[in-house]
Amino acid sequence: MNLLSLSWRYAWSRPLSAWLNVCMLALGLGALAVILMAHQRIEQALERDVAGIDVVVGAKGSPLQLILAGVYHLDVPPGNVALADVEALRSHPQVAQLIPVSLGDNVAGFRIVGTTLDYPALYGAQLASGQWWQAPMQAVLGAQVAHATGLRVGDRFHGLHGLGEGGHPHGDHPYVVTGVLSTGHHVLDRLVLTATESVWAVHETDMATDEEDLAALQAEREVTLALIRYRSPLAAVSFPRQVNSATSMQAAAPAYELTRLLRMLGAGADVLRALGVTLVLVSALSVFMALWQAVRERRADLAMLRMLGAGPARLAGLLLAEALWLASVATVLGLSLAQGLMAGLPALMPTESAGLVATATWPEELWAVPALAAGVALLAAALPAWGAYRVDVAHLLHSQD
Amino acid sequence: MIETRSLVAAFRGGTPIVFPDVAVPQGGTLLLRGPSGSGKSTWLAVVAGLLAPVSGQVVVAGTPLLERGARLDAWRARHVGFLPQKLHLSPALTVAQNLALVYWASGLRPDPLRMQATLDALGVSGLADRLPQALSGGQAQRVALARAVLLSPSVLLADEPTASLDDESAQAALALLQQTATTVGATLVLATHDARAVHAVHAACSVAQSAGGSAQDVIEMTLQRMN
Repeated sequence: MNLLSLSWRYAWSRPLSAWLNVCMLALGLGALAVILMAHQRIEQALERDVAGIDVVVGAKGSPLQLILAGVYHLDVPPGNVALADVEALRSHPQVAQLIPVSLGDNVAGFRIVGTTLDYPALYGAQLASGQWWQAPMQAVLGAQVAHATGLRVGDRFHGLHGLGEGGHPHGDHPYVVTGVLSTGHHVLDRLVLTATESVWAVHETDMATDEEDLAALQAEREVTLALIRYRSPLAAVSFPRQVNSATSMQAAAPAYELTRLLRMLGAGADVLRALGVTLVLVSALSVFMALWQAVRERRADLAMLRMLGAGPARLAGLLLAEALWLASVATVLGLSLAQGLMAGLPALMPTESAGLVATATWPEELWAVPALAAGVALLAAALPAWGAYRVDVAHLLHSQD
Repeated sequence: MIETRSLVAAFRGGTPIVFPDVAVPQGGTLLLRGPSGSGKSTWLAVVAGLLAPVSGQVVVAGTPLLERGARLDAWRARHVGFLPQKLHLSPALTVAQNLALVYWASGLRPDPLRMQATLDALGVSGLADRLPQALSGGQAQRVALARAVLLSPSVLLADEPTASLDDESAQAALALLQQTATTVGATLVLATHDARAVHAVHAACSVAQSAGGSAQDVIEMTLQRMN
């Protein structure tokens, strides 16, 4: 019988109240853990998807919208821009790489992105099966898309017009799947990649009424936006300004817009975190009341321990260990709950945002949870421990009480 | 042995009580009589080293008790056995664990053989795995007594050991107490306001003496209610 086993026995000597307290604390800690993990996951996902992209050029409008549409594929793009204008930027001395992105269609809610092979290369995407597209109307599916639609290499599918589900199908132009990407935990997981020419082919023949019309449309070819990598970081100073003033397009820097977005998200996250801390404090109070109650009920027990030779510090240690036991059980429960929830969350979320949260993680901030639980235990045990310090042996001796 | 001289003591905030001098030899029996509120508890607390006297001298088992503190906690564990009226066996622990608590409280290494032997001597060895709630009153008192004498204390303090017992059980309980105290060589203090206990103790003592035992005379100290 040592301090740990003894305090364990005492902590569970009244199982119902112990369990209620543990559950309450576990819920509070779990809620806090979910908030911390979700926040970290979203931030990480947002930062990862921006990798290597210095600036996004697209139609004029909200810069944040352009980033959300072009980098994260969450929002609709502000509009299209002329291919000629974009191609003109390719020869700009400060541009190291330019990747065109054309949006407009979807399959089962997943966006079909017309681009070049530079785009998957940007994320270091690997093929799980098949090969990259060689010609228009060949498509490579992101892992999540393949999983959700059940499409495999060699299958055919029709794109739907628009970026959400429910557009009219482009019946004459089926895509053929040539490859499936392996899961990369980035935005490509939920995209369908194809050659830029595919998007043109689908829309031009759909819209053109005769040969002449088709030729006119081909002359006015557009892309939705372009992802650009600079030759030198110094370009960030002049390049966007140049684009914004000298062309009919706008340039938006993802890093800047991301910071802005996180700041906006941050306010909400702070409220949630405050809520989580409040939950934990409420449960701290209940653990405190449980311990205080236990000390009152066990006053004679504790006095008996004093009589048997235990010093006041030993009794205080006993109560502290009891509180720590309850807190550790609650921490394990709360964190398992949170990890389980985070693992199950993508299944419950709309496909567009599911990529933002996934898999169990242990971000550094999560150490706050066991730390907080220990703090709660110390706090909740402090007053009862002091009470145990003052346990009056009179309670033991007064035969008439 | 227990010796007090000009002892004055007071519980926290209470009026100081002046106690008569007493000298009990090692192995002797002290009958501490008096109604509720006459200071029996205060006297027991002083002798157990839980309460520092206001003035006067107290020597228990050769140790003068002047201050409280960690040193006295360790001393108490080693030298004072205590049988409270309500027994105070921990309901969260089995009989064996309640005994093991003695070692935990005193910081000593548990001695399972000794625990077994002590339970054996009191005839309750078969109950080691029971919870206190599953014991009869008499069994619980024997277990509590086993806990009190586990470390062979020099002094065994029993607070109202007969209060809730009928005449027959009271006599048996007192006989057991005296016999156990004699076995471990402890000085026995019986604090009681029960007149039956007083007769029973004398009776048990004369039985022991007539049987050729070496039991010493019973010393009596009677306290009066203060107000």
